[in-house]
Amino acid sequence: MGEKILIAGNDAIAEAGIRAGCRSYFGYPITPQNELLEYMSAHMPKAGGAFVQAESEIGAIYMCYGASAAGGRTMTSSSSPGISLKLEGISYLAGCDLPCVIVNVARGGPGLGNIAPAQGDYFQATKGGGHGDYRMVVLAPATIPEATELTMLAFDLADKYWTPVLVLVDGVLGQMMEPVEFCEPVDPTTLPLKPWALTGAQGRPRNIVTSFFLDPHELSEINLKRQDRYRRIEAQEVRYEEFETGDATIVIAAYGTVARIAKTTVKLARNEGIKLGLLRPITLWPFPYAPFRALSNRVKTILTVEMSAGQMVEDVRLAVAERAETPFYGELGGIVPTPRGILREVRKYVSYDAENGQSF
Amino acid sequence: MSVMTPKMVKVFERPRSLADIEFTYCPGCHHGLITRIIAQVIDELGIQERTVVVGPVGCSVFVYQWFRCDGIQSAHGRACAVATGIKRVNPDLIVFTYQGDGDLAAIGTAESIHAANRGENITVIFINNQIYGMTGGQMAPTTLIGQWATSCPEGRDAGLAGYPIRFAEIVAQLDAPVYVTRQSLYDQKRIRATSRAIKKAFQYQVEGKGYSLVEILANCPTSWHMKPVESNRWIADEVVKVFPLGDLVDRG
Repeated sequence: MGEKILIAGNDAIAEAGIRAGCRSYFGYPITPQNELLEYMSAHMPKAGGAFVQAESEIGAIYMCYGASAAGGRTMTSSSSPGISLKLEGISYLAGCDLPCVIVNVARGGPGLGNIAPAQGDYFQATKGGGHGDYRMVVLAPATIPEATELTMLAFDLADKYWTPVLVLVDGVLGQMMEPVEFCEPVDPTTLPLKPWALTGAQGRPRNIVTSFFLDPHELSEINLKRQDRYRRIEAQEVRYEEFETGDATIVIAAYGTVARIAKTTVKLARNEGIKLGLLRPITLWPFPYAPFRALSNRVKTILTVEMSAGQMVEDVRLAVAERAETPFYGELGGIVPTPRGILREVRKYVSYDAENGQSF
Repeated sequence: MSVMTPKMVKVFERPRSLADIEFTYCPGCHHGLITRIIAQVIDELGIQERTVVVGPVGCSVFVYQWFRCDGIQSAHGRACAVATGIKRVNPDLIVFTYQGDGDLAAIGTAESIHAANRGENITVIFINNQIYGMTGGQMAPTTLIGQWATSCPEGRDAGLAGYPIRFAEIVAQLDAPVYVTRQSLYDQKRIRATSRAIKKAFQYQVEGKGYSLVEILANCPTSWHMKPVESNRWIADEVVKVFPLGDLVDRG
């Protein structure tokens, strides 16, 4: 750990990538992630790595595909419409079991939408997006220090499971500044070699990286092996934070920027006697179904709050079933909910016991 | 009377870099010939152990199977971006793409032009047979005016579908490429010229000179509904009028 510096989210994520041993970055300008690309253009060459401003997001993701196949830690970043363009390549990365870190600094949609923060890309991130039976680890930090830690973790998970990993933030986290103490950098030469990497068929049989298998039995077998890997990820890599849930009767489900705002709501609510807690998924896939299931047995309400029309709430409802009520509160179009705005929603589900002056 | 032992000299053999796997191409198709020429060049330059093949989507989708080299499949059109990623991470590798006209000059136009414009130190082998062979003979960006294809049943109409795109000429007007050439295979002389062009393109990459494009006018007897001999004659008589042969750029 070094000194604490004040740094913007986009810059911090880029720096974390370089510190994780990433030595190639390929990107295309799109707001609100431009600073990430710009940081890489200045610092990646200094670290001895490759930087290319690609002709498009599609070009960038396939440069990552090639760079990953050649054995290096590689990264790209974009914002919502650009991630839509990358989805073909993400499917190919998954289909070839290639590690890659992709950052989505999400904005308002659909279509061109706007450049304000939003969480409308949850489905795209967690339910496939691209074609075929694949999954992608999705990490959703709520602060900039956490974004740096999770970016470094993203590279480890990508290499451990040979899979693309998405770091999902939004315009707020991309643009705001916070003090960050970075982890010590990883020396890429110390990372384990990848046996399948395209390094030249010297003293070994050739390596072929492909997702093309005409024989249905062969493709089925390869897909099933990948599904086994996904089951391992689900068993081992679920991450979440519980905040003030111990005695809670009502719990907010929120991730990223909204979870950060909701923490303030929890404090405000507790000041007026409402036993409010927060369950914050850190991995959106694998989703923390079990913690939500456990909570649903002892709380009355789980209120999902998102900057979307209601996407993660589907996973919350899947976990909770009918054991608790699962209302939803969302803001759209780049509107960011406020702590008091969320509190107003919370109050709708709180009953007051006038005799004892308690709420439950 | 002394007995003379005739000395056997091997004058022809399978290139070492060509894998012993049957091609999936139709009889009379030029793809197999081009694959063999590339393998021969890889042997002659002694680069088999550091060459990476980037495959396309189309008839040559299995191209990486036929070389005793590392290989990677690319999505349709993206081969030049994939090659860029590989080469930037490991510049010691010799990276070439093998792409058809639909792959390189339609769906992959952006990736193909920008890799050329950045002067990526890669070799692009561009197979221009004016047709989408694998999907059953649809119109390509290079299909000749009036030429029949399954998606232009009245023949290509310039008013509806524009004109055959001359990709080598487009790339040749960029500043970065070191070698841009168009070759064909319709007779022995052209085959030898194509072999020399492919060797030069790889040689330039080995020497670190930069981007090369070798466009090859190839046939498709199946989708053209011609016998192989007829298809060669068609290239010699008609195709070369639209796609003139020869070097467009040689800055080596």
